[in-house]
Amino acid sequence: MTHVAVIDYGMGNLHSVAKAIEHAGQQAAVPLQVSVTSDPEILRSADRLVFPGVGAMRDCMAEIRRLCIDEILREQVKLKPVLAICVGMQALLQRSEENGGVPCIGLFAGQVKRFADHQLDHAGAELKVPHMGWNRVRQTRAHPLWASIPDNDYFYFVHSYYAAPDAPNEIAGLSEYPTPFCAALTHKNVFAVQFHPEKSQRNGLQLYRNFLSWDGQA
Amino acid sequence: MSLAKRIIPCLDCDNGRVVKGVKFVDIRDAGDPVEISKRYCDQGADEITFLDITASSGERSTTIHTVEAIASQVFIPLTVGGGIRKLQDIRNMLNAGADKVGINTSAVLNPEFVREASDRFGSQCIVVAIDTKCVSKPGEPKRWEIFTHGGRNPTGLEAIAWARKMVDYGAGEILLTSMDRDGTRSGFDLELNRAISEAVTVPVIASGGVGNLQDLVDGILIGKADAVLAASIFHFGQFTIPQAKQYMRERGIEMR
Repeated sequence: MTHVAVIDYGMGNLHSVAKAIEHAGQQAAVPLQVSVTSDPEILRSADRLVFPGVGAMRDCMAEIRRLCIDEILREQVKLKPVLAICVGMQALLQRSEENGGVPCIGLFAGQVKRFADHQLDHAGAELKVPHMGWNRVRQTRAHPLWASIPDNDYFYFVHSYYAAPDAPNEIAGLSEYPTPFCAALTHKNVFAVQFHPEKSQRNGLQLYRNFLSWDGQA
Repeated sequence: MSLAKRIIPCLDCDNGRVVKGVKFVDIRDAGDPVEISKRYCDQGADEITFLDITASSGERSTTIHTVEAIASQVFIPLTVGGGIRKLQDIRNMLNAGADKVGINTSAVLNPEFVREASDRFGSQCIVVAIDTKCVSKPGEPKRWEIFTHGGRNPTGLEAIAWARKMVDYGAGEILLTSMDRDGTRSGFDLELNRAISEAVTVPVIASGGVGNLQDLVDGILIGKADAVLAASIFHFGQFTIPQAKQYMRERGIEMR
């Protein structure tokens, strides 16, 4: 029995994350328990952690600190595989420029930046912000979480900010809007994605299956 | 490589069943929403929009159960609209598994609701649905007005200014329906679509009037829509989602 804890700090739609992990577990015939919780004891005892997030960074970080999720993550990333999603990924960097500037958890060196307004695509059409919809992800390094997922295939994104890590070797995937930005980030036990695997149909469910069997080493 | 354009099948649901009528008369039963959503997802639909057209609020629990059932089997974005009046309605739909909610009449009655909703839940999950009709006379510059209650109640609001205002208030996306075209199968109102899409910074979903696959192409290439929404052409087997995507791809549109 693998116990996956989805970290609940009151932001966003955790139902769809939990449902997709359960579905992936059934597909892979992995006996699974999925908890959605902020209880430190459950987070410490779980085999794997999923750190999702939706919403504004200032509110997210306020709840993360109030519930001591930042402390728990700093300690648990040394012990078990962690998958961070969307604002969960962004919260792992040092600072976000959202809401006039918000200090974040700082597991990855770098900043979270906003897409510039009024950028043009290759055909000269104006790009909307948020970046919302299906975009391709180029796998910039081999990783167990990319197993059986075609390179340059589509995942579902919805965000106005993106992670800009200082260390290029931590980038695991790039997308373009219109210039390349970090779509996946990894270091040791942590894999972090800007897209939503729970909304990315076949590729997303495959990524969750890969996470369930990942031993936490790149 | 860039962001793909989206095809969004729309399920109008009345008391737990998918229905589709022409201008809200001659309503035909099109089946079970969970089965239909799953089929569209498997076929490669990019999102699902679920519009609750149930008249009585007493049936709202049916909708929540249906949304839960869809969300546990469909792993693409799900928007739920119809009867969203309070922050608690949004919370209930998000908890049931919706990713976004569509707000229409409540936005007109109280624009501050859109601001409160986007502050609380994030603009990424707030879709403002705009139902509009052309009210200018032939020969005059085009003017579109916002209507509520299925196109019966004029509001005096001009559509382009209204769309801009809704984006200022935090709408993350605009679902734009031409009441003149809805159910007519004569194509989107392309002039309207282009005007709104060029006026706002957020994605615009074109809706109302799709009769064939060229209409979808025109909505994107001429109407400048970011996504196209359709119901009848898919529900009754006239076209499949893969046929639509192939047709659009062949005309130079990036599709997933």
